[in-house]
Formats: sequence, structure tokens, C-alpha cells
Amino acid sequence: MDDYFSQYGLVAIFVCLAIFVPMSMLILSRLLGLVRVRPSKFNDVKFEPYECGVQQIGKRWGQFNFRYYTFALLFVVLDVVTIFLFPWALKFNQLGLFGFIEMTIFMLILLLGYVYAWRKGALQWD
Amino acid sequence: MSGSFLESNVIFQEIYCVLAGSKYAGESCSAQGLLPVGYDWIGFFIAGFAIMFILANAFMLGAAVFVYSERRLLGKFQLRTGPNRVGPFGLLQPIADILKLLMKEDIVPNGADKPVHTLAPIVMLAPAILVTAVIPFGSGYFLTDLNVGLLYIVAVSGMITIAIFMAGWSCNNRYALFGSMRGVAQLISYELPMVFSMVGILILTGSLSLIDVVNAQDIPFILVQPMAFVIFLIGTSAELNRTPFDIVEAESEIIAGYHTEYSGIKFALFQAAEMGSILVSGAVVATLFLKGWEGPFLPGPIWFLIKVYGFVFLMIWVRATLPRLRVDQVMGFAWKFLLPLSLVNIFVTGASVFILGDMENGVRVLDSVDLLLVGAINLLSLIACLVLAGFFMKTKASGGRSREILVSEFDPAGREVLT
Repeated sequence: MDDYFSQYGLVAIFVCLAIFVPMSMLILSRLLGLVRVRPSKFNDVKFEPYECGVQQIGKRWGQFNFRYYTFALLFVVLDVVTIFLFPWALKFNQLGLFGFIEMTIFMLILLLGYVYAWRKGALQWD
Repeated sequence: MSGSFLESNVIFQEIYCVLAGSKYAGESCSAQGLLPVGYDWIGFFIAGFAIMFILANAFMLGAAVFVYSERRLLGKFQLRTGPNRVGPFGLLQPIADILKLLMKEDIVPNGADKPVHTLAPIVMLAPAILVTAVIPFGSGYFLTDLNVGLLYIVAVSGMITIAIFMAGWSCNNRYALFGSMRGVAQLISYELPMVFSMVGILILTGSLSLIDVVNAQDIPFILVQPMAFVIFLIGTSAELNRTPFDIVEAESEIIAGYHTEYSGIKFALFQAAEMGSILVSGAVVATLFLKGWEGPFLPGPIWFLIKVYGFVFLMIWVRATLPRLRVDQVMGFAWKFLLPLSLVNIFVTGASVFILGDMENGVRVLDSVDLLLVGAINLLSLIACLVLAGFFMKTKASGGRSREILVSEFDPAGREVLT
């Protein structure tokens, strides 16, 4: 148990370090801006969002054609399946025939839904 | 603070031994200990921090080396010289780049969501560094040996999706938004086959710890799981937004994708995260499929580096060779080909292990011949799947239809312009 906590403690410290590395570079850049090594001049045209050099048309965050949400829905379904697959795979070598057949049936039910989604055109671009 | 972790982790144990002494560091340690009794946790902290410091610096240095080697090698592939002015053979080019980017103005566009805009590079770089925590670089050279190592890698590298979306959304720029939408869609699509292809390895090893995965490889898993290797390689190069799948930042379509509005040090952080992740993915591939640090004659870490750079070279080679795919092709490839293929891989591996393995004391074991047979079955089913898919696509070829639809992503009138 001690082992467990010491390892996750190290990961927790590493998280802090991993956040510190990019933060320190951002702070360094900010400091260089303060001592005028790095320029910081405001210009209305320069701060315009880049759209190939012309002025931005329309309001910010305008509507757009979003074609990916069916993929996102399917992803959620199949990602949950991963949660079931990983423990099954880990214990596979201790399972008998029942474990194998059970997972096959589970995947077949899933495949049914997948084939249905494909036939309905959820994987098609339009 | 003793146990299997401390005994297996060589560097950690050395430092901890010198600092805390034999009282805490176990029998193999003979040092007195620099710290007073009862302060062994400081030694633990410093020993851990030393390895973390090495890892974080190696990550950034590796990214710099990758930038140089990619530009140089791409130059060679395209029959030009590549960078050769800064330092000998242009070796100092990445340092010059980072200095230049430090001196550049940091522009946040009008109407942007400033906190998210600043946070995005941090969210991008931190997980990329964090993945190195569980990777074993040699026998006994690692930071931690989590018992959920593989799951940790999947979970942490999944954070990059959020960073890409944050970057694209915060900029108030249409192209950045398009890029991030594509990025999120592509990353989640290719994550599935990638994760499913790991399941075959889990069946063979029975452990999520990366050290156990390496130790279980009597035969490198590239020979036992060729189908999983192919899927994993394609999935990785899509997760990294590398060239056949770099629709996320396709410069001829959407300027630079999600980091269009980033300049100066924030841009450098995005680049460092991308370049470093390639090395980290190389390390994951080497650990999972190429037997990690093990090899004849040379010491472990050097073998590991050779394998990682073999992967990196392959990535650069692919970039120099293949053109970019279209959005619908990329998504279709993930969902209609790779995902079924990875499911077939799970089934074939499971079935062949089930049939070939012999039960001993309630656990199924396979010897080397069995493993090679599993590999042969795997390879044959990969070829069968490829032939089947080729036959299926030939009969259902849709001609140039998709291209018209793609143009309509930007402009509904594009359909008429094109035809």
C-alpha cells in the first residue's frame, strides 16, 4: 500500500512540474515584454482575427456546419465498451470458454448497432 | 518507504540511498545518509524530482532534436540541404528558433477569450510531458511503474483533444474553429482503433504495467500482433496530426488550423508539444511492440533510443512521401476500416490464444511456438481483411462524389462552381 501511494505521489508531483514548465516559459515571455526586449505595440488592424488579410465578416463565433456530432455520439458508445474490454482482456488467461463466448456475444450486439449506424448513413460525410 | 518499487528503480534508489541512508533505503544500500533521521521523505522528494527534471528536460530537448532532424531529413528527401547555417551542420537551428519566438510579440486577437487562449498551450504541453512518467527507458530506468500504466497513457494523452478545442474556440477565428473541430473529430475517431489494438497485447500480457509488457515479450509483439501494430501505427500518426492525417492544420485549406492566432512563445509551446509527443509515441510503440529496452550487445537505454528514432524516422519518411487525405477520407478510414479491423484483431487474438494456450494451474500459458503461431494467424487475417476490403471498395467505388460534398463545408455554392 505504501508503494501505491508513493508512486501516485510521484505522479502528482510530476503533474505540478508538467504544468510549471509551460507556465514558466509564458512568464519568461511576459518578463521579456516588461523589460522591452519583446515588442508589445497595440495596433487595431494587427489584432484583427486573421482571415486571409481581409476584415472579418459577421459576428464572433458565427454559426457553422457541424458534421461531426454523429461521430462523437458513436465515440462515446464505443469508448464505454473499452472500459469493459480492458478488464476482460487482463483476466482473459484465467477465463474459460464462457468468458470468451460472453464477450463475443457482447461484441456482436455492439456490432449490430454499428452496422445499423453505418446503414443509416451515420458514417457518411453528408 | 521500501518495497518492490524502490528495489526495481535503479536511479531513484541510488539517490534515495545517498540522501536517506540504509535505514530507509533497504538492505542493498550501505550509505550513512545525508539527511537526519525522520526526514527520509525529503530524500524521497528530491530523488523523484531529479528523475522528473531529467524527463521534462529530455522531453524539451527531444523536441528540439526532432525539429532539427525533421527539417534536415525532409531537406534530404526533397534533394535540398535543409538548415545548415546556425552552428555546425545547422545543429543550433532549434535554439535559434526558440530564441526568435521568445522575442516575438505575443498577440491575442480582438474579441478572443483571453484566459482560455493563454491556458490552451499549457493544457497541450502538460499531458505530453506527463506521458513520460510511466515509460521504462531501460531496465530500472523509469519514474513510476503504475499498475495502470497503459490506461494512464490513454487517459493523459486524451487531454490533448481538449487543448486543441480550447485553442480553436478561444481565438474568435473561423479557420481556427474549423481546425479544432476537425482535430477533435479526428482524434476521437482514431483513439478507438488505437485503444482496441492494445487489447490484444493485454490478452497476451495480462498486465497494464509497461514493465510487465516488456518483460512478457519473449518474442517482440510486432511479430505476434502484426495487425495491432499496423493499426496502432496508423492511429498514432493520426493522433499526432502527422502528414497523411494532418487535416487539422492543413495549411492550404485552413491556414494553420487551431494555432492560426498563436504567435511568439505560445506557438513555440504548441510546436514543442507536438514534436515531443512524436518522441513519446515512439517510446510507447517501442515499449508495446518492439520489446522496449531489450536488445543484444548495447545497453538498454541506447537500444530504446534506437527504436524510438526508428519510429521517428518512419514518421518523417511518411511525411515526405504521402500526400494529405481529405476530411471525409480520414474519418471514413477510421470508422469504416480501422475500427472493424481492430475488432477483428481482438477476436482473432482471443480465439487463437484460447485454442493454442494450455491451462496450467488455472492460468493459460503459451510458449514461443504458440506465440509465433498466434502471430502467423494474425498476419493471415490481416491480409484476408485487406483483400476483402479491397474487393468491397472496388465494387462500391463512389467516383468523385465526395469531393463536391467536401467543398460545401465552406461554401454551399461551391458545388456549382466545381461542376
